[in-house]
Amino acid sequence: MTTTTTSHHAATRELAVQPRRRPAAFSRRTRHGFTVLSFMAPALIGILAFLVYPLLSALYFSFTRFNLLTPPTWVGLRNYGAMLHDANLLKAVENTLWLVAIMVPAQVLFGLGAGMLVASVRRGTSFYRTVFYLPALVPPVAGALAFVYILKPGAGPVNRMLSAVGIDGPLWFNDPTWAKPSLTLLALWGIGNTMVIFLAALLDVPANLHEAAALDGATGWQRFRLVTLPTLSPVIAFSAITGVIAALQYFTQAAVAASAANGEANTGGGSVASAFGDPEGSTFTYPLWLYLKGFKYNKLGYASAMAIVLFVVAFTVVAIVIRRSRSLSGEQS
Amino acid sequence: MTQLAPPRAHSHRRVPPPRSGYAARRRRRALLLFIAQHSVAIALCIMFLSPFVFIVLTSFMSSSQSLSSHYWPHSWHPGNYLAVFRKTDMPRYLWNTVLYAGLGTIFTIASSVPAAYALAKLRWPGRKVAFLAVICMMLLPPQITAVPLYSMWAYYGLTGTLWPLILPSLFGDAFSIFLLRQFMLTIPDEYLDTARVDGCGEWRTLFKVVWPMARPGIAATAMFQFFYAWNDYYGPFLYASENQANWTVSLGIASFRSLHAVAWNLVTAATVFAIVPVVVVFFFAQKAFVQGVTLTGVKG
Repeated sequence: MTTTTTSHHAATRELAVQPRRRPAAFSRRTRHGFTVLSFMAPALIGILAFLVYPLLSALYFSFTRFNLLTPPTWVGLRNYGAMLHDANLLKAVENTLWLVAIMVPAQVLFGLGAGMLVASVRRGTSFYRTVFYLPALVPPVAGALAFVYILKPGAGPVNRMLSAVGIDGPLWFNDPTWAKPSLTLLALWGIGNTMVIFLAALLDVPANLHEAAALDGATGWQRFRLVTLPTLSPVIAFSAITGVIAALQYFTQAAVAASAANGEANTGGGSVASAFGDPEGSTFTYPLWLYLKGFKYNKLGYASAMAIVLFVVAFTVVAIVIRRSRSLSGEQS
Repeated sequence: MTQLAPPRAHSHRRVPPPRSGYAARRRRRALLLFIAQHSVAIALCIMFLSPFVFIVLTSFMSSSQSLSSHYWPHSWHPGNYLAVFRKTDMPRYLWNTVLYAGLGTIFTIASSVPAAYALAKLRWPGRKVAFLAVICMMLLPPQITAVPLYSMWAYYGLTGTLWPLILPSLFGDAFSIFLLRQFMLTIPDEYLDTARVDGCGEWRTLFKVVWPMARPGIAATAMFQFFYAWNDYYGPFLYASENQANWTVSLGIASFRSLHAVAWNLVTAATVFAIVPVVVVFFFAQKAFVQGVTLTGVKG
């Protein structure tokens, strides 16, 4: 396509040598450029103002002391140095890594499992798809509140049912060891988007491929590993990337669940931010600390250094996943 | 595939299965599989739906009963929903949310459709770089750009309002551009070429040919954008939490719990209140929605 347009351009340029026509104010190529620009201008401004500028600006701020009221002063690498001795940061990194290492794989596996179940059921596919998708629509704030309620220690519905079968339920959001697993349950409940994407990919696997493999004597596991999995590899990579990115910016559910569960324990007032990380810092994620540092304590330079580290980690993960999935599927996506 | 086919025919001919027994066994196995699959699926359905049931039931309880250990309301109190309105500034939160979500969606579609068209259907140097920038922007956690953007909006005196969340959608939303581009890639170029031969400029081609064909995609994108704003918590929390007059529904119900202590019947009523509009819209536009989710997973 590009070659044909360039040869076309060459032809018009040769024609332009002849003084037959009035020389156009703009060549065809320039006009095309203006057309493209008229389509892209808002988005290009958006890319400059909301991607390039803030990235460069955050990089600059990360080398300064900055509190929004006075102009930033250069401090070199001091913010990055301070990060090494920050106990709260360590806790936040630990919690966020827990989410990446446990919550994200659980989400991908559960989404894949639910997708496979819906794809293999002969009847009622669209019914099950709708039901499994429904929780994904729930606003994160509402979902977090709902889960704090149903996992309420004592008289909460889940613990009541557990005690009916003789199990003494944990304190869920009020227990430091159970708070993150509770958030994971909340995440698994909202698996709908992942499930729908897996389902679409699974329905794309040609049925005769499966039949042929089955008649060839392949066991269920072999069919899954040799037929299904290769076609799913780009989708798995996609959900891993979006899962990790979401885990790195995990904020709403952690903030709201901690505050709601904390209200249960204290019966007191207080803003959402004062309960960040409850109980005992077990839900204290990296974005929560970034928010507190930057916008409560006005250490915007330090917060920028945290943002830059987050950026480097996020895009390293994306690059690794893309490279791995390419080598697995052998095609470029 | 072709390599797998011949042995299949072969094995079939060589071992003729004992007729009736084989068929019966196959039928029994299919029935067992059917029962197993559906019992797992129904169990999952119950697990997925039970949180909805519990919070809806609790939202109709009296406040003392919502603390007790009963699943079913003794007496029904639809007044809880009115109480949510009386105890909070809910009408204002609703208006703010509709403003944020509505204006944001209109601006997003207006600025993202042309960009998606240029990325999907026009050829120009730098197209790949621009698309890569869109992908980066889509993947970028909002915390990374929060400090510079916050100080920028503070400079213009717009912190404490929702405008820092609405105005950027005038300049294209990365996810919407991506999704619209994926939709437009499925439109065959022949339609566009016909329009161009007929003398349509690119803008006319976009509005006369591409827009009508991409309408389901545009609808899905608009819905995603609307839901994103409706559900957004981090954005309003960052920019508007200091000023309660500009709170959204999400901000309102998140602090509802800490402001009104243990009134779980009211908290669940507020929760149901935030969920219902989204679910209603979903049921009316389910097809476009699922198609949209599916396309996000198709890498281009």
